[in-house]
Amino acid sequence: MNNVPEPPQPTAPDAVRAAGLTVVRGTRTVLKDLHFTVPRGRITGLLGPSGCGKSTLIRAITGTQAKVTGTLDVLGSPAGHPTLRSRIGYVTQAPSVYDDLTVEQNLDYFAAILEPGRAAADRRREHVTRAIADVDLTTQADALAGNLSGGQRSRVSLAVALLGTPDLLVLDEPTVGLDPVLRRDLWNLFHELADRGTTLLVSSHVMDEAERCHRLLLMREGHVLADDTPENLRTRTATDTVEAAFLRLVDEADDHTKEPTR
Amino acid sequence: MSTTTPAAFSSARTTATAARVLRQLRHDPRTIALMLLVPCLMLVLLRYVFDASPRTFDNIGASLLGIFPLITMFLVTSIATLRERTSGTLERLLAMPLGKADLIAGYALAFGAVAVVQSALATGLAVWLLGLDVTGSPWLLLLVALLDALLGTALGLFVSAFAASEFQAVQFMPAVIFPQLLLCGLFTPRADMHPLLEAVSDVLPMSYAVDGMNEVLHHTELTSPFVRDVVIVAGCALLVLALGAATLRRRTD
Repeated sequence: MNNVPEPPQPTAPDAVRAAGLTVVRGTRTVLKDLHFTVPRGRITGLLGPSGCGKSTLIRAITGTQAKVTGTLDVLGSPAGHPTLRSRIGYVTQAPSVYDDLTVEQNLDYFAAILEPGRAAADRRREHVTRAIADVDLTTQADALAGNLSGGQRSRVSLAVALLGTPDLLVLDEPTVGLDPVLRRDLWNLFHELADRGTTLLVSSHVMDEAERCHRLLLMREGHVLADDTPENLRTRTATDTVEAAFLRLVDEADDHTKEPTR
Repeated sequence: MSTTTPAAFSSARTTATAARVLRQLRHDPRTIALMLLVPCLMLVLLRYVFDASPRTFDNIGASLLGIFPLITMFLVTSIATLRERTSGTLERLLAMPLGKADLIAGYALAFGAVAVVQSALATGLAVWLLGLDVTGSPWLLLLVALLDALLGTALGLFVSAFAASEFQAVQFMPAVIFPQLLLCGLFTPRADMHPLLEAVSDVLPMSYAVDGMNEVLHHTELTSPFVRDVVIVAGCALLVLALGAATLRRRTD
């Protein structure tokens, strides 16, 4: 990928395009001059150790992070643009749902924010029912969110993001604390969504999830170490797993200079 | 899916928010019971504390009818919005096409509705069962009580922006409400205070809430001081609600 910022295109093929993206939090520069793209209709994994800046990058893309400089275009508009609010589904790391409402009441409310008004009532109903089914919580629809297990609550949070069929789904560590069966089911759902044309950006610090992504952004200490497909990464580093590839890249970066350039 | 720029204010999103807040409350019957019953119990208590001097009960009782909704709504709103901030639901909502005014108005509408019920119960009890002697219309008492509740909601929303935890939010109650309670003329007429304190009480909204109640207590007709008091309390509520909206940031550090 080249680092030269190209002139803005009205119909950008990429869902996310970052050039010289820098984020400062307090006195710390959390993201340092990032250049990358996230292709449309694919699953891009955002991987790296805890504290490497994954969540900050995700918050920048969803337009909730302050002090973002450089270029960051999302679905053809600058990140945080008001028209993007109904086109992006965002799942924060901690489940953000109302514990004192049932699963269904949670979804009803967020659906009413996305598509308000009486005229949309039937469509809302349909979206809510489908989102609950997608995350496999139909039997718990009438349970209070606060009474659910951690994994179930994070699936409620995911269901909220699925409402209104967003073009871009940004998921911050959606599979943390889930058992292997659920994790597999969720990844199947992610692939199904990508097949329907949704762009997914999924962060994780579990490297084995990387194998299930179409593309990977490997991050470390606020830098992008690699932006490639899992196959290419393994081939390039002559390793068997993405985890080994990541470690190889970390070692190389440390060997060459103190400051890794992508 | 529409891609138009969301309007700054949408009545459907406001009512959806108000309905959601009330629905949350419905899952918490104990809070509802406390909100509705405690003011009534306090009035009963007050009535028999001043058993020998019904005039004192009239004065303090009428003032309290305005103060109760303010305090309750302040507490409930500051905790509820703080929870919204800390649970991540506020960040999620602000990443969605929800106007800040929708959220604030939704809260004001929901807690305003609770305040109407609370004030109706307390006013009805005081006037018809405890013999609170009002010269003016009890409806005007109710109007002032409702505006006080809105003011409480507004102050609670605003203050929750400066509290990092429930502990801090609760401590804002004595910090914001108690000075107003002491200076509003409940304990001694404001004119009898040290001139400096009287001047301070002139700029505190609760003083006008209590003045308004006392106007209804002593006059049959709508007096001009009453209208002034009502306008000031309503104006303060709107001003603080606007300040509260300014503390909601879509982008945070």
